[in-house]
Amino acid sequence: MTPLAILITILGLALLGWLSARARATAFAAPGGPRPHSLPGYHGWYVAIWAAVPALLFLLLWVPLTDRLVMDAVLGSPAAASLPPFEMQRNAILQETRELAQGLRQSSFYAEARELAPIYGSALARYRLIGTIAALFLAFAGGAFAYSRIGPAFRARTRVERLVMAALLLASLIAILTTLGIVLSLLFESLRFFSMVSPVEFLFGTTWSPQTAMRADQAGSSGAFGAIPLFWGTIFIGAIIAMVVAIPLGLMSAIYLTQYARPVVRRWMKPLLEMLAGIPTVVYGYFAALTVAPAIRDFGQTLGIPASSESALAAGLVMGIMIIPFVSSMADDSLTAVPQSMRDGSLAMGATTSETISKVLVPAALPGIVGGVLLAVSRAIGETMIVVMAAGLSANLTANPFASVTTVTTQIVQLLTGDQEFDSPKTLAAFALGLVLFIVTLLLNIVALRVVKKYREAYE
Amino acid sequence: MTGRIRRRYAAERRFRWIGLGAILLSAGFLALLLFTMVSNGARGFTRTEVQLDIDFAKAALFLDPATVRASGAKAALAGSDLQGVVAKAAEARYGAQGARLFADTAWLEVLDAIESDPSVLTRTATLWLPASTGVDIAAKSDSDAEAERTYEGLRSGNAVRTRFNSGFLTSADATDPAAVGVWGAFKGSLLTMLVTIAIAFPIGVLSAIYLEEYAPRNRWTDLIEVSINNLAAVPSIIFGLLGLAVFLNVMHMPRSAPIVGGLTLALMTMPVIVIAGRNAIKSVPPSIRDAALGVGASRIQVVWHHVLPLALPGILTGTIIGMARALGETAPLLMIGMRAFIATPPGGIADPATVLPVQIFLWSDEVSRGFVEKTSAAIIVLLVFLLAMNGVAIYLRNKFERRW
Repeated sequence: MTPLAILITILGLALLGWLSARARATAFAAPGGPRPHSLPGYHGWYVAIWAAVPALLFLLLWVPLTDRLVMDAVLGSPAAASLPPFEMQRNAILQETRELAQGLRQSSFYAEARELAPIYGSALARYRLIGTIAALFLAFAGGAFAYSRIGPAFRARTRVERLVMAALLLASLIAILTTLGIVLSLLFESLRFFSMVSPVEFLFGTTWSPQTAMRADQAGSSGAFGAIPLFWGTIFIGAIIAMVVAIPLGLMSAIYLTQYARPVVRRWMKPLLEMLAGIPTVVYGYFAALTVAPAIRDFGQTLGIPASSESALAAGLVMGIMIIPFVSSMADDSLTAVPQSMRDGSLAMGATTSETISKVLVPAALPGIVGGVLLAVSRAIGETMIVVMAAGLSANLTANPFASVTTVTTQIVQLLTGDQEFDSPKTLAAFALGLVLFIVTLLLNIVALRVVKKYREAYE
Repeated sequence: MTGRIRRRYAAERRFRWIGLGAILLSAGFLALLLFTMVSNGARGFTRTEVQLDIDFAKAALFLDPATVRASGAKAALAGSDLQGVVAKAAEARYGAQGARLFADTAWLEVLDAIESDPSVLTRTATLWLPASTGVDIAAKSDSDAEAERTYEGLRSGNAVRTRFNSGFLTSADATDPAAVGVWGAFKGSLLTMLVTIAIAFPIGVLSAIYLEEYAPRNRWTDLIEVSINNLAAVPSIIFGLLGLAVFLNVMHMPRSAPIVGGLTLALMTMPVIVIAGRNAIKSVPPSIRDAALGVGASRIQVVWHHVLPLALPGILTGTIIGMARALGETAPLLMIGMRAFIATPPGGIADPATVLPVQIFLWSDEVSRGFVEKTSAAIIVLLVFLLAMNGVAIYLRNKFERRW
């Protein structure tokens, strides 16, 4: 049976167990007899869990294992001795074998694949049969064991609830596991990178040209991994240009919406602004590359500045637009959280609304606004698609917004797409860049949350 | 004194106008973006067709309608050179360069025409076939002088028309911009989202319940909370690196398959669902729990019978918003290799596939001008879906939100 068929059968058996156990429990709950400990449904669940969970766990382990066992059987067969040692062709033949054996294709390009297909097919059938028998045995055995235990005095509810609690705890541990996975995979690959390239060169070097030599005797491209130009490009686009756009626009929008706008306007404009955050970044990237970048190039040329068509300004501008809602919604929250009494006091002293805003409300809300800006910066430097599509690839250390700069995320994408070997410093450099990005965004978020929290406590 | 007041009032008005200006500017950017996409993309949904008379009787296909009816056009015509038939007919009507007026895939439509009405094989049929990319661009916008001249020639002979391009919604990626479609990418997106929701929703809801209802106040719980809040703020590309390092390099899952993409996006979406779920559970008043406990429910029963049903609309709203974000996500999927050229829609979650945003990215990289409108059209499809998902989320919130 295919794994899917086994899955459905197991679930069917579990349902059967649920129904029969519930029927049995209902029978011994009949009037006159002893009062059972648990409701019939809990007995049903107890049997169903015992029938399904062990078998499903087995299936989860067995399915990836089958693939490997079948491959071992195929490679161990005498016919496999004629396979070419060359990796790519070998994999192509094995892939074709797999498709032939599963009936996904009728004709084959390689003669070897035709020979190996029956071996593959028989091995697959053998291991699938073993898997099916084992999984169904587990389901039956589990179900029968549980069914034999239920009775009027059996504490089915306690047991089921204990299992539910375990499931809840396991689910919440996934978050820790994910964090751990991120940290470990980044650290592990970065350490391998730093064993080839010194961390000092990486963090403080000013030349970035990750093209390593293909052959040992090749001259010219020795590979330089000084990441300063990337860090500068990231800061220039994400933290300077984008913020020059987003802070004034976001802050003034928030001020207008909270202080001046009529409720109707506010009700319509706020979601409209938030739509800016909901548009996929690939759309922004395309907009930047298609519309904004050529416009900026032409603008630069009319000013007499030689402008690249992949200018930092285009990417930064569009990123700023994307960030507006992050700034404005945080500013909105902190402005509305300023106690009304402060506003009233200022207005009563004769200040105009704008004077109240700039002299009382904004200073009082400043920590919240700063927190929002920090979150926006962390979002902007981690942003990938806009810079991949609109910023360039040349690692320049320049403060000219019409020139092309590159960013950390652009380089990660650049290094990891296309053909890659997993041991070269070129690919591993992407993980080192990822680690830096992860640490910086993490710090920004921690600082931002702390600033916001401190401020909230001051007024509550 | 009055002068000073006037100045202060002027400053007040100025400030107000700047605020209004900021909002209008932001909204204007949104409008400009949408306008650019719609005005470019609308053309992507249409295609130019050129008229062609094919005399099948003379085309030397050696087929009669009965064979086609009996065995189906695909099998009957498998060996015959329909491409050559189209080229010959085009040269007969439009001169030596005639074949270049038609898309490479034009013969497929001839095949369809024969399939739907085999009797054409005995007579001359007038068909409207898709134009080549050059003619298509000339018809829709400005092109180079030669293409424009060709197009003018066709138009004066009433031999060209513009029709809705149904192929764009039903076919997959191709090398020729006239033949591309979004269905393959769309199906990939669908499968990926299926994997994502199957993993992220249960895990997210269970974690939210645990953290909000049962978790003891201790170090472990703090650690879980900190992890979830941090994961929600980690740049998406980092999840791509995780997927590459763990799912592809350690677990050896198939490259560019929806299952890997779905798993990666599930890890990214889960914190969003947990946070939304916790807020929804928190907003269920404690009196409900107290009442249930008071009549003898166990702590698990309180949650599963009372709290969860009441919090479900809020959880679903958060889930839909998280899914909408995942649907528009590109960067992590590039990392796990979902950027390959895939010309057939995926059949299952382990087949190589691409997703809508990645397809947009791939098309935006193409040099051919015909891809500009296709990219924008694909963006429109994506935006319509996101809008629909958010609309459902807002509807759910408005319909089921309860103020306690």
